[in-house]
Amino acid sequence: MAKKLYKGNEAFAEAAVRAGCEGFFGYPITPSTEFLEYMAWRMPELGRAFVQAESEVAAINMVYGAACTGKRVMTASSSPGISLMMEGISYIAGTEVPCVIINVMRGGPGLGNIAPSQGDYYQMVKGGGHGDYFPIAIAPASVQEAVDLIGLSFDLAEKYRSVVHVLVDGNLGQMMEPCEMPPMQELPAPPEWAVTGAKGRDANILSSIYIEPADEEVANIRLLKRWMEIEENEVRYQEYSLEDAEIAIIAFGTSGRVSSTAVRQARAEGIKVGLFRPITLAPFPKKEISALAKRVKRILVVEMNTGMMLEDVSQCVQGQVPIEFYGRLGGMTPLPDEIYDEITRISQNMDAPASPNPRLEWVARLEKIIEGEK
Amino acid sequence: MVAPAPKIVYQRPASLATRVTHYCPGCTHGVAHRLIAEVLDEMGLREKTIGVAPVGCSVFAYNYFNHDYVEAAHGRAPAMATGIKRVLPQQTVYTYQGDGDLASIGMAEIMHAAARGEQITVVFINNAIYGMTGGQMAPTTLPGMVTTSSPGGRDVESMGFPIRMSEILAKMDGAGYIVRRSLHDPANIRKAKKAIRLAFETQERGLGFSMVELLSSCPTNWKLTPVDALTFIEDRMIPMFPLGDYKVNDEIANLRV
Amino acid sequence: MAVKGWIEVNELHCKGCGLCVAACPQNVMSLDMDRLTPKGYHPVHLHAEGCTGCGICAIVCPDAALTVYREVPVKA
Repeated sequence: MAKKLYKGNEAFAEAAVRAGCEGFFGYPITPSTEFLEYMAWRMPELGRAFVQAESEVAAINMVYGAACTGKRVMTASSSPGISLMMEGISYIAGTEVPCVIINVMRGGPGLGNIAPSQGDYYQMVKGGGHGDYFPIAIAPASVQEAVDLIGLSFDLAEKYRSVVHVLVDGNLGQMMEPCEMPPMQELPAPPEWAVTGAKGRDANILSSIYIEPADEEVANIRLLKRWMEIEENEVRYQEYSLEDAEIAIIAFGTSGRVSSTAVRQARAEGIKVGLFRPITLAPFPKKEISALAKRVKRILVVEMNTGMMLEDVSQCVQGQVPIEFYGRLGGMTPLPDEIYDEITRISQNMDAPASPNPRLEWVARLEKIIEGEK
Repeated sequence: MVAPAPKIVYQRPASLATRVTHYCPGCTHGVAHRLIAEVLDEMGLREKTIGVAPVGCSVFAYNYFNHDYVEAAHGRAPAMATGIKRVLPQQTVYTYQGDGDLASIGMAEIMHAAARGEQITVVFINNAIYGMTGGQMAPTTLPGMVTTSSPGGRDVESMGFPIRMSEILAKMDGAGYIVRRSLHDPANIRKAKKAIRLAFETQERGLGFSMVELLSSCPTNWKLTPVDALTFIEDRMIPMFPLGDYKVNDEIANLRV
Repeated sequence: MAVKGWIEVNELHCKGCGLCVAACPQNVMSLDMDRLTPKGYHPVHLHAEGCTGCGICAIVCPDAALTVYREVPVKA
């Protein structure tokens, strides 16, 4: 199929439609609104369900209800909206019904702004809702990759009866890029656990209640074991110019994409630098990053937040190699030049001792950069 | 010679599960459950019905019916029902909600489900108290009524007034059938059952959002005997929450069942 | 001849709340203080003749614990 120019949010929506999404429930919020607007005409055109809910709270509970019928259903929102949805997401996780949630992240906390950010890392990767559960979290770095991963997200949600979070930021949601859409998928028959009306079978009950602690413990163990299976089988990442690298950048989504440009620039200068880009943030590529730390001399983590993934990377690296950090915050996107400057700075100080807290030096450098930008 | 033969006047409806309920003795939640089950049996809807249980005393309602059921978060049952109905429009979907669930934490969800004219049925149990958490003030608690969180009686100056949901929802254009009934005596229970029937008829005919508000007793938290609790409904609750038809679609008004 | 009826009490479900006792038009129902259900309640029973099988007890029963029967004459 030929490539076509799509706006990110609209491409994600069409990808969901083609993956067999039969219900979309959402609430307008910048910078994800075009997703809802696209679904508003596209879903009815196909005879599928679309509701603009009264709030994100209602939207996620519509998703919850529709997910209980075993159909492929989803919502898309942005950071403050996702916070409102966390109650429902926890219930969905506790009831073990599949759904896909797209977060087009923006600057925060609070109302923050509408510019691109990766500040929802903890919320999306670690869970965000109450109780013991593990969402799958996927972070594409281009419109095409997001289109491909949305189909995968529905497959994983169904396979593991799990919540799948797709983390994109305002850049990816708003940018226009050529991409190729997958073919329309056939709609699957409802699974046997679904509530569809108890015709010729015993009644199905879907609930997140286990009033007896001993029963909840069994449910928690079931979720954990399923999660460990996911950790074993579903880790995804991309490596770029890492074969002979002495410096490895670790970055996801937009910051990964910006980093790849900086890596190309630095390679042209002969600096041995490469990029490791986690595609699944949960499950996190722990083994791979741990192995990477044995091969390289320095690691630079780049994020559009205060160093949330940095903590996960540090845990994998276990002090084997010095880690440095560079991040932009509050809706600011780092430029390739900024990351290139970091690469050259590190390459000129390869013997510098490891910092016990890479954030300390980074904040000092960042404040100087901000001063210079004024 | 005339030989007598036994005829069953009443037996447990098939849409009720066999499980014993956790409700306190004399709690009219059980009556409401039974009426829903009887109506589903009579209309032949059991095999296509999906119920949505609330949070509150009826949180385990899904255990007591013999048809598909889901369990919602507190107040969100109308949103969950919307999600189900929109992807399975041929199925019958109803929520079962208490006053805290529907008229407090779930106010937005119920209002907008009615505004959208969702083709769902809501059975709303109004017993003027939070039962599950042990007798706190509800949005429907009567002025002056003592609860554990209004120990001096509900002071409307500082705690606000009770909310009359049927009157409010009847103003919504999307609503097809909104009535209030009571479960305090046999005649009113019969009327309540007919209302539940008409609410499901409203849904089956695609005539919009339908709700039956049922004045219900809470002997335990009202600190009354089961029989005295029914008297409390009649003497105290009905004056605040008048029984009646607040909105009835013409087709339903002319329906003989 | 008066219509003859009777009830069957499902003692698993009956919680001895007494709503049927208060509602019975014939005043022939009471809680059986000599017996306990498996849950520890005194179940309802018919203590006298006179049940007509009207079914009002079943209408008010919150636990669907009652099955109501009525004897109907069969034409020979």
